[in-house]
Amino acid sequence: MAVLLWLPLVAAAALAAVSYVLRARPWTIWLPVALAGLLLGVGLALVVFVRTAGAVTAGGAALRVDALSAWLLTAVGAVAVVALWGGVPHRDDRGDVGLFATLLCLFLGAMSLALLADNLGLMWVAVEATTITTAFLVGMRGGRGALEAAWKYVVLGSVGVAIAFLGVVLLYAAGRAVAQPTLSWVELMAGAAQLDPMLVKVGGALAVLGFATKAGLAPMHSWLPDAHSQAPAPVSGLMSGVLLSVAFYAILRVQAVVDAALGPSLMRTLLVAAGLLSLAVTGALVVTQQDYKRLLAYSTIEHMGLLALGAAAGGRLAIAAVLLHVLGHGLVKASMFVVAGRILGYVGGHRIDAVRNLLRTRPDLGAPFLIGAAALLGFPPFVTFFTEVAIIVAGFQRGLGWQMVVACGLLLVVFAGIARHVLAMTLGADPTPVRSDHSEALMPDRPTRWRQVPIALALAAAALLGFLGWPLADTLLQAAAALGGAR
Amino acid sequence: MSAQLYDQLLATTTGLLLLSAVLLVWTRSIRQAVGVLVVQGVALAGLVLCIGVRAQEPEAPLAALLVLLVKAGLMPWAMLRTASSVGQGHAGGSRLAPAMQLLGAGGLTVLAYGVSGPLQGVAPDTAARAVPVGLSLVLLGFWQLLTRSSAFSQLVGFLVLDNGIAAIAFLTSGGLPLAIELGVTLDVVLVVLILAVLVVRMQREQGTVDITELKELRD
Repeated sequence: MAVLLWLPLVAAAALAAVSYVLRARPWTIWLPVALAGLLLGVGLALVVFVRTAGAVTAGGAALRVDALSAWLLTAVGAVAVVALWGGVPHRDDRGDVGLFATLLCLFLGAMSLALLADNLGLMWVAVEATTITTAFLVGMRGGRGALEAAWKYVVLGSVGVAIAFLGVVLLYAAGRAVAQPTLSWVELMAGAAQLDPMLVKVGGALAVLGFATKAGLAPMHSWLPDAHSQAPAPVSGLMSGVLLSVAFYAILRVQAVVDAALGPSLMRTLLVAAGLLSLAVTGALVVTQQDYKRLLAYSTIEHMGLLALGAAAGGRLAIAAVLLHVLGHGLVKASMFVVAGRILGYVGGHRIDAVRNLLRTRPDLGAPFLIGAAALLGFPPFVTFFTEVAIIVAGFQRGLGWQMVVACGLLLVVFAGIARHVLAMTLGADPTPVRSDHSEALMPDRPTRWRQVPIALALAAAALLGFLGWPLADTLLQAAAALGGAR
Repeated sequence: MSAQLYDQLLATTTGLLLLSAVLLVWTRSIRQAVGVLVVQGVALAGLVLCIGVRAQEPEAPLAALLVLLVKAGLMPWAMLRTASSVGQGHAGGSRLAPAMQLLGAGGLTVLAYGVSGPLQGVAPDTAARAVPVGLSLVLLGFWQLLTRSSAFSQLVGFLVLDNGIAAIAFLTSGGLPLAIELGVTLDVVLVVLILAVLVVRMQREQGTVDITELKELRD
């Protein structure tokens, strides 16, 4: 089974090399899609295996997969399949795609390494590598906007992650009283009682603060709307759908170590503050938003805020809901960004008021956009409805009563803001309707049916996931247990 | 190495680190800034060697060599390359008056000494007592990032921040395992190279490397 742990890393490196060497061939654009499929397969196999046989290690225990990392690897694979397959450019405008494919393969490999490493240092290296591989992807479109987005993304991302590194260094130093200081979070959790409490406190807080920058939690979120609005659609989808969740996974691991050493109060305070602030920032900025890709980016900040609140609540229900939410939100958000990319190709601009009556003029774009937005807003039967309710209920159960009341109020504001814009875009009357007898003339880049498949699959999965709670429950509860269980 | 020599070497290298960080806040010319960064890199490598030899770590010379090559060689070289390719000799203005900037830097150094008590543990040795220097570097790096408007100064600030974290790592725990240290160094080098490429693109797009000119994206 250890070979399964190496497979994503080796495959990512190999496919990156192939797509670089053969970068003139248009078909290399399919290599990252294949890699995403492989990650999904490996993730599912590991979920099944770990469920019966427990955690798997490889590479002298530098790599380790338990239920939590296997679940997240599956989520990365599933979301990446949707974002990359859906985002494959039209046959006519595939230029020099090989370099794009190379960076995407390396990006997927870096995310896999972050999930597979049982070592805070190695995990940090992998998280920083995701910034490196995505920097040029964000700035790929060219122009001043893309340059500004890339600059902010790299500077804020690396400074934030540098703070996390300072935290990792201090957590390592916290073990100096014990014979051998360690970076393995399994050993850190096992020996938590002997760690220097002051260093754990400072180190843990810095690490969470740093990784929160990468996870897009307020108040360290300012790079996120810029990067997401400027990056090509599949990259925005991947960043929003899973990169932020991978950074959030780092927060969960650090939280588990700090909680084991000091009790839950420190991390709970930090995460509640970041969560509520993220919801508030989203609420304040979606209402007056004028750019639909930024609207989606702010919605991501909202969902990261919800995850932070879930992690703050802790316990089996909240953590299981958080993990299910990562997958549900990732699938929906990736499809939304892919559709947003197609809308951009259709109307040629980012402005919300340039897009009207999409459901009539372009039902192939309007329908998934409207359905996806319903899922993002937490309508049943989508899984986001169940997970959001579960996070709020768990919060009440675990003594975060008023915080959850505030969160519900903020969620209503976000709901109103996003719903208003999406309804205007999909159903709102077009002030200057284009009259043409040739309906095809209105749809120059109408996607073929084949390109609608990943979107349909993702939205269908998001609708069904909530009802699959029973077969998934074991895995999710095991994953919660890996974080210290019912704290 | 005798205890006295060790203490003296530690005091010299950490002193150089702090001095160079304060000088960087003050300096305006790119060439001077790069020169000071080289001194800081050499001081950091000296610190690594000194702590490693004292702890009788067999990997110490290797780690020190890595630090020397990257922080005193590769990074300054990349900075100079970028500066010459965009044809700028001046690291640009600051959002604060120079006196205010130095005063702020002094304040942050005092702050670093004030708050780093908890990081030194219960029975600090000589190295742990020098942790405030590392923290000062981190804060001074931040100070550069906050107050300087040129993309070059931002790059310098990032490097000082990174040197500070490396200093803290070596002062508190004798450094991370070498394999991790290698990965971290590779990441930082790549980030600096990416930032350098972006600086060149910035000059080409907008004719200046002033980051206050980046204001396309607003809510």
